[in-house]
Amino acid sequence: MLAFLRTILLLDLIQGLWVTFRNQHPKNIYTEQYPAERPKVAERYRGAPRLNINSENGQTLCIACDLCAVACPENLIVVGSERNPETRRKELTTFIYDTSRCMFCGLCEDACPVDALELTQDFELATYTRAGMIWDRQMLEEGPKPKRYNF
Amino acid sequence: MAAAGTTFLDATELVLNMGPQHPSTHGVLRVILKLDGERILGTECVIGYLHRGVEKIAENRTYQMFAPYVDRMDYIAAVSNGLGYCLAVEKLMSIEAPPRARVARVILCELNRIASHLFWLGTHALDIGAITPLFYTLREREEVLKIFENYCGARLTTHAFRIGGLQYELQDGFEREVTAFCDAVLPKIDEYEELLSGNRIWVQRLTGVGILNADDCKQYGVTGPVLRAAGVQWDIRKALPYSGYEKYEFDIPIAHNADTYDRYAVRMAEMRQSVRILRQAVDGIPTGPIMAKVPKVVKPPVGEAYVSIEAPKGELGYFLVSDGSTQPYRLRVRPPSLINLQALDRMCRGALIADVVAIIGTIDIVLGEVDR
Repeated sequence: MLAFLRTILLLDLIQGLWVTFRNQHPKNIYTEQYPAERPKVAERYRGAPRLNINSENGQTLCIACDLCAVACPENLIVVGSERNPETRRKELTTFIYDTSRCMFCGLCEDACPVDALELTQDFELATYTRAGMIWDRQMLEEGPKPKRYNF
Repeated sequence: MAAAGTTFLDATELVLNMGPQHPSTHGVLRVILKLDGERILGTECVIGYLHRGVEKIAENRTYQMFAPYVDRMDYIAAVSNGLGYCLAVEKLMSIEAPPRARVARVILCELNRIASHLFWLGTHALDIGAITPLFYTLREREEVLKIFENYCGARLTTHAFRIGGLQYELQDGFEREVTAFCDAVLPKIDEYEELLSGNRIWVQRLTGVGILNADDCKQYGVTGPVLRAAGVQWDIRKALPYSGYEKYEFDIPIAHNADTYDRYAVRMAEMRQSVRILRQAVDGIPTGPIMAKVPKVVKPPVGEAYVSIEAPKGELGYFLVSDGSTQPYRLRVRPPSLINLQALDRMCRGALIADVVAIIGTIDIVLGEVDR
């Protein structure tokens, strides 16, 4: 009899609807209004690569040791360097990083002995062209500049 | 008097193609169904749409370089994949991760198990027709992803473990985050059960559908919750403990009807057991190093190693053959999704066409892992 009443009165469905109703409260909104409010990603987030420069003299920190290029599983880093005849040290000339093939695994960042190459918290990497995804040294040092729209 | 000379009303078999763009095949799975009216006479899976040749890629990468690729197989449970691969290489090199790393691995893997089961529950319910649980489960899964993001900087393809331990030290407040998640998720699991377990549509759609009994499971090599729902108490974490699972107290939830509803019940119970493991593990994270002494160039001796772990979807195995160089000679993955999917035909026979969606959902496949 009880089971019959439960069936007739749709108690099981009302129980589920009650759960849905409890979650209706406006303070339970979890949706992020993405382009209007940008999420704050974690400190260790692996996003756009950046080639750090010494903030005092503007010189690059990179010592052109090529370890990041060796560590990269996709072989997408090309480091160009030439030896300075006076100081006998290798100096960085070009640095090419192909973000279209990058899977942001962080192995290049781990391999860098001087913390010059770093994966940053920038995550807006879209471009209109394929060539735009291949970053040169200047782009890596300045970082991506995503266009901000006013909503 | 001869019978009417028309075949128009005769029952004929109909071959229907389902997928690879069907939203309920969880990716790019194509199933060819042979139908007699609404009844399934047979099915055939066509896989390979997401094949990337991961095993071949492994032969051209060094051991460390290959670690991020395993995350791309079962991307819902990337952490478990990473653990399996790292354990295989560690076994090959006879090294062991330090205690702190082992506990951290267990914590991350159990978090990943909860995230995987939550995602499964949401999409499975969505297939059946209940859209609400998807929003709720993804909301809770988001908390797990936030812990991953805070720990290693990525949410989905985490690359959390390295050969010999961990790359990143546990962040400040890691224990607090995990404990807060454990406290938050248990009432939520009750809420899902409240929403679904008693719901007559849910019960009627799942009970008695896709039965795969214990003998069939063993013949097909099916593992994971599908096997446990058939009443077999088999869990690699208990049977062949790895990464210190023998220290934790937990039960293997089983059920006996071997149908889709029981698999749902088993997975719900498994999430609760994972919370139990998490609480024990978080209480005693040992201090110390997080990385064993691993040479910069990983060069395992000639030999082979097989390691299997209990991934959220079943037994995940990695078989590595080393020829003494820096690259694996051969890597073979035993993905739980692929092996479990083979039982689809057995489970679908005689079922209705609408049940195929429920059965594909209940096996819990990820096509990245099926095709590799």
